[in-house]
Amino acid sequence: MENYLNLTATQARTALQKKEISATELTQAYIAAAEATKSLNNYVCMTADKALEMAANSDKRIADGSAGSLEGLPIGVKDLFCTAGVETTACSAILKGFVPAYESTVTSQLWRDGAVMLGKLNCDEFAMGSANETSVFGPAVNPWSANGEVDLAAGGSSGGSASSVAAGSALMATGTDTGGSIRQPAAFCGVVGMKPTYGRCSRWGIVAFASSLDQAGPFTRDVADSALMFASMAGHDAKDSTSADAVLPDLQTALQASVKGMKIGIPKEYVMDGMDEAITALWQQGQEWLVEAGAELVPISLPHTRYALPTYYIIAPAEASSNLARYDGVRYGARVEAGQSLDDMYEATRAAGFGDEVQRRIMIGTYALSAGYYDAYYLKAQQVRRLIKNDFDEAFDKVDAILTPATPSAAFPLGVKQDDPITMYLNDVFTVPANLAGIPGISVPAGFSQTGLPLGLQVLSGAFREDTLYKVAACLEKQAGFTGQPPRHALAAG
Amino acid sequence: MPNLIAGQTGDWEVVIGMEVHAQVTSEAKLFSGSSTTFGAGPNENVSLVDAAMPGMLPVINEACVRQAVKTGLGIKAEINLYSVFDRKNYFYADLPQGYQISQFKHPIVGEGVLTIELADGTTHDIGIERIHLEQDAGKSLHDQHPSKSYIDLNRSGVALMEIVSRPDLRSSEQAGAYIKKLRSILRYLGTCDGNMEEGSLRADVNVSVRRPGEALGTRTETKNLNSVRFIMQAIDYEVERQIEILENGGKIDQETRLFDTGTGTTRQMRSKEDAHDYRYFPDPDLLPLQLTQDFVDEIKAELPELPDEIKARMVSEYGLSSYDASVLTEERETAAFYEAASKGRDRKLVANWMSSELFGALNKAGKSLADSPVSPEGLGVLVDLISDGTISGRIAKDVFADMFETGRPAGDIIEEKGLKQVSDSGAIDALIDQVLAENQDKVAEYRGGKDKLFGFFVGQTMKLSGGQANPGMVNQLLKDKLKG
Repeated sequence: MENYLNLTATQARTALQKKEISATELTQAYIAAAEATKSLNNYVCMTADKALEMAANSDKRIADGSAGSLEGLPIGVKDLFCTAGVETTACSAILKGFVPAYESTVTSQLWRDGAVMLGKLNCDEFAMGSANETSVFGPAVNPWSANGEVDLAAGGSSGGSASSVAAGSALMATGTDTGGSIRQPAAFCGVVGMKPTYGRCSRWGIVAFASSLDQAGPFTRDVADSALMFASMAGHDAKDSTSADAVLPDLQTALQASVKGMKIGIPKEYVMDGMDEAITALWQQGQEWLVEAGAELVPISLPHTRYALPTYYIIAPAEASSNLARYDGVRYGARVEAGQSLDDMYEATRAAGFGDEVQRRIMIGTYALSAGYYDAYYLKAQQVRRLIKNDFDEAFDKVDAILTPATPSAAFPLGVKQDDPITMYLNDVFTVPANLAGIPGISVPAGFSQTGLPLGLQVLSGAFREDTLYKVAACLEKQAGFTGQPPRHALAAG
Repeated sequence: MPNLIAGQTGDWEVVIGMEVHAQVTSEAKLFSGSSTTFGAGPNENVSLVDAAMPGMLPVINEACVRQAVKTGLGIKAEINLYSVFDRKNYFYADLPQGYQISQFKHPIVGEGVLTIELADGTTHDIGIERIHLEQDAGKSLHDQHPSKSYIDLNRSGVALMEIVSRPDLRSSEQAGAYIKKLRSILRYLGTCDGNMEEGSLRADVNVSVRRPGEALGTRTETKNLNSVRFIMQAIDYEVERQIEILENGGKIDQETRLFDTGTGTTRQMRSKEDAHDYRYFPDPDLLPLQLTQDFVDEIKAELPELPDEIKARMVSEYGLSSYDASVLTEERETAAFYEAASKGRDRKLVANWMSSELFGALNKAGKSLADSPVSPEGLGVLVDLISDGTISGRIAKDVFADMFETGRPAGDIIEEKGLKQVSDSGAIDALIDQVLAENQDKVAEYRGGKDKLFGFFVGQTMKLSGGQANPGMVNQLLKDKLKG
């Protein structure tokens, strides 16, 4: 079991192909690991029987030589992805008991390529949060800790995804990233998290938060695994009108390529007051690593960066307020019978079904779209969004990729930021601009804080240039040589 | 000033604008693949998208876009190559998404015009402000259970065109003519079946009154009218109600009203204060709709001939009266029947026969043209037989009645009943001789100067022939003989 849980997906794939292990054995190990790390609250629904059945089928395909690219690899699925026959709640009370009859495009592509589904992973309610604390199931816990006592946030919204991959209870996991929901938890948990270009992965069958920002992506232990899983998740889908019909670049070649001669932009605006010193130092270190590998640093300016968060917190809630209107208690999910009128039922259902943060964002969004406020808020935010995108367009005329810190701090203790939404929103300050611009971003674990918590560096590239992203990420990974097992890893727990 | 209404305190001018919701004729819904067939069992035509299941996304149906463009071209409107789908947010049990996908700031069709013709022969150009595409909602059934409402989502997501007129209409008669003309054009184009009973075409009417020449008055909107008669009744009632209020020193409230088909009156549905804030914003699930000029041109090339063009051709080429041409072009099927029946024949005569005999018989039998027992070709042959003198117009009416009754061709009926017109001068001579012999006293009177008796001799001769004698020849031969 020990060896199995430490393998990367690429290594596990080789071992499976060589029949050193079977998909069933690998899956059993992960089911046991999920059991052993239950205190991390990563899984909101385990599908062990389904996993073993899928693993058995994988073993058959490996035996008859028809194995797919992810054959037999056990993965966890963020509970935002609709999975046929498996309860899908978006970690909200309002969807408790909802079992879709359909499978999201992204997950069905993973199963198509042979992946094995372990279960559904914890996340913030409707992906709204930065610490996984808004989940109706309670927060996922970070397997890392500074002193071994206080539970740390796994980050959010994809907290369960990041934590399970870090803790060895999932080999890989799906996530979604609307403002940093993949990259921030990945940085907090010391794993690789990648948000693809908007339009790369179909949104069909993923519970929508903010349609123009949502994008699915992979959580993995290393950069090569990330490219492997991303390739399976990506692809044009006629069922999603915003899905891009664009050819995927050659990622395997990119992973092997040198960054020599590449121009890496260093944006001067990505310096924050009160930023963790270790993060400033790591960012500096990252720049040196790239120079050592032959890249050239180019100071750049992304002048509208400071407007990104306020812009995001208009657009995302505005879209969410409309996207979440369908959870009305009429057709599926929870319903609270109250009063005499339809409006009474709506109010009671939505008051009971949505948590505080979701209600807050619905109200912000409703306000921003209201008659008389639309121009001042939503329209203005769209205009600023365009300026932010223009900043990146101009930058990518000069540079191939941009290097920034992934988060302004390391993982913080659970509970400390719950009462102050604004401080919580600041977590996404480095990640939100990529969502607004639609460009890809990756968080690579690259160092540690003074207290021994993982820290990530973020690489951004131009739209549809995930090859560039992986090229730089692979270089950073190699140079950083990030290793270490979190104290609450399944192996330690078991 | 036309169309003024005399009140107690002076004249009033009526101002009407209409928003017509026309269901797009298409196999599938606007953003999902579900069928649009009318009459399916409750919730049979519902996809995951229509029911707004989590994670479902809309995908535009190109066929509906084509239909909207075609409709725009049919009213000579500007086609917007760039248009945007917006979300109109409101909560209702039969609106699963919690928003309707519609077009707000950038509709697919811009300004156009529709010409209406009234009974007095006057024509009026009615401006069309825009046409936009939008989703229909489902249906709430409140009468199936004592305390619960049932929801049928079959209509949820069906494509509608909202056709918005300028406030150019000045009377209920004009409004009636407008909806009839619009319906006719939609049916010619095949973009909406125009079936008002099934709800494929329904109208919201905005009505206000003002003193001639003054600024527009406050309007009310009466929603969901699904027949020409109801539209006209609702307008007449609103006009009367508003004038009465204003003349008594009252004020019109801007409000939404409902029409009661039983009483022919309207009542308040919701006031302006209760009006929804729809929080329109561009639907982030859909990219803006970008059309190419080629796409539009291709549709333009396929446009059928429309009633105004056909009518103009019937007047100028066939010599029909404007009225007859209007009647014959109101429905696409009527025009097609007429064209087929009159091709290569006396166009005017066929027009007369259609509008008098055929329509009369159909009306009496309660049948539509589609069920006519007399085919276009059958009617054409009958008219040919009149034109070439085989039968008289008088006899033709009897033949037609038989054709309508039995569906047999005119030739067979004439043959069997021996109704062929007698044009043999020898035979007619014999008939005339008999008539003159039997009425020698009248012959003497005629010859004595009583010219009026000529008609009597014609009548007697025709009667004797059983109506079959060629009337022209009877006239000529009689004149010769009486001179005699």
